[in-house]
Amino acid sequence: MTGTNEMTLSFSAKSENEAFARVAVAAFVSQLDPTLDELNDLKTAVSEAVTNAIIHGYESDPSCQVTIEATIEGDSVSITVTDNGHGIEDLELARQPLYTSKPELERSGMGFTIMENFMDRFEVSSTSGGGTRVAMQKRIESKKALYN
Amino acid sequence: MSLQAELEHYRNMLIVRLRGELDHHTADVVRFKMEEAIARGKTDHVILSLKELQFMDSSGLGVILGRYKQVKSRGGKMVVCDVNPNVQRLFELSGIFKIITMHDNERTAITSLEVVS
Repeated sequence: MTGTNEMTLSFSAKSENEAFARVAVAAFVSQLDPTLDELNDLKTAVSEAVTNAIIHGYESDPSCQVTIEATIEGDSVSITVTDNGHGIEDLELARQPLYTSKPELERSGMGFTIMENFMDRFEVSSTSGGGTRVAMQKRIESKKALYN
Repeated sequence: MSLQAELEHYRNMLIVRLRGELDHHTADVVRFKMEEAIARGKTDHVILSLKELQFMDSSGLGVILGRYKQVKSRGGKMVVCDVNPNVQRLFELSGIFKIITMHDNERTAITSLEVVS
């Protein structure tokens, strides 16, 4: 495979779309012939980022939009998940394992930890009131990957 | 794909079989069904049977931890069985095995709880 391949996806901040988002990204990445484990890692990370955007960014306001951009370059996929919602006041605190700002909703506080562990690179930037952007990258190491 | 939760009472245990995908969207159904079944009485212990759970993320961990607290406050135990490798990885990452034990299948899970009660 030569050059880059990009896709952008925008959808309402509704929980129904969490499954749609992770399946759409998995379908896009399938051209790199990932293993099932690699696909599961990507789907889980996307699910975490999108769920955060919906619950924390937008407080489940369905009139808001979550945007996913994915880029395949060589044997790597880069994914960004962006919302224009509330933003995160204290990023360092939010990234602590088991920390959640919404314990009443039975959140486990493991979202960022999972994204960090399941992807090769992970970055989050956020401004209070100005939205949140999660950028992550993973190399697909499948032997059958067409990139050489 | 959505999620189906099948609940079965067996002696003083509640067996919960989850099929499909457990995320933020589907977690509420699991929460309400289990909350009600546990609160209704008779249930001391809960077995989460996850053979056909295709996908789970941290929202699933949240709802499981919530039910664990509910069962524990009533003096019961919660165990999981038939956990696929992807779900097991999530459990390990969260440290949930410090409080919830894992069994190979429903039969061994039931046996372990019969010893307890």
